[in-house]
Amino acid sequence: MRDISLHIMDLAQNSLSAGAKLITIDIEVIGDRLTFKLTDDGKGMPKEQVEAVVSPFVSSRTTRKVGLGIPLTKQSAEITGGSFSVESSLGKGTVVSAKYVLSSIDCIPLGDLAGTLLSLISGNPDSVDFAVNIKAGEKSFNMNTAYIKEMLSGISLNEPEVVKWLHGYLDENIADCLGGYIT
Amino acid sequence: MKSLEELKEIRQKTLDKINMRKEDKEEAVRVVVGMATCGIAAGARPVMIAFIEECAKRGLRHVQVTQTGCIGLCQHEPMADVIIPGMEKVTYIKLTPEKARRIVLEHIVNGRPIAEYAIGSQEDA
Repeated sequence: MRDISLHIMDLAQNSLSAGAKLITIDIEVIGDRLTFKLTDDGKGMPKEQVEAVVSPFVSSRTTRKVGLGIPLTKQSAEITGGSFSVESSLGKGTVVSAKYVLSSIDCIPLGDLAGTLLSLISGNPDSVDFAVNIKAGEKSFNMNTAYIKEMLSGISLNEPEVVKWLHGYLDENIADCLGGYIT
Repeated sequence: MKSLEELKEIRQKTLDKINMRKEDKEEAVRVVVGMATCGIAAGARPVMIAFIEECAKRGLRHVQVTQTGCIGLCQHEPMADVIIPGMEKVTYIKLTPEKARRIVLEHIVNGRPIAEYAIGSQEDA
């Protein structure tokens, strides 16, 4: 996993598998710290599973017995001197958050966040909504696909013209907000 | 900077287009990209973006680019299935954005699957 956005993408897949209808992605940069938080309203996990989920030898999938997604994210944050947490309540949803120390030599770059969000939104146009809140210093960017769908009423998020607009919209706004952090 | 306001215009234009083309209904084509930890780590994101962008650029309204989890062939990631009604499903392996764009043109637009990118045609498959 070469950048933070890839971790966000990977964690969002867990929310999708958990049957989430709304996935909220909060990203905040304060000084030297970047925090991201994914909140979903999926099926959640029982307490034992929350404790076990940071182990690479636990996975919900059936194709094999290792699950590296969460352990890799945890490691990528903690190695910078940051932190990682998972909170979940069965039937209600899960919150995963990670904090990175940007000045650490071990900190991976933020990466292509716009492309990540485009893939997530465009790849799941109907059954789930994404809310994105980014805050960095004075600048902020907020979007919600539920609102965009409402504006588009009757037209799919997957329409070629909408996809092109969305890519530009995400690219420009995220660059404006997080320009200094995207490498 | 792009704004939400532009969506209104896009909506209207698209609606006009849909009304004009009501007759020629094309059957839905699905592109399913593996997006589990293994796929993402192997480079599935730029592949997915390439599929999405290329289909949008060519105005392929009948193509749906979606995601799936790990199917247990992690060593072949990034992978994608192209499913066209009436044709055999093709699983492409070890994709790059360039290969993805070629697949959109050759397979989806021209109807000719690219055997050399497909699973089974490569020695290590």
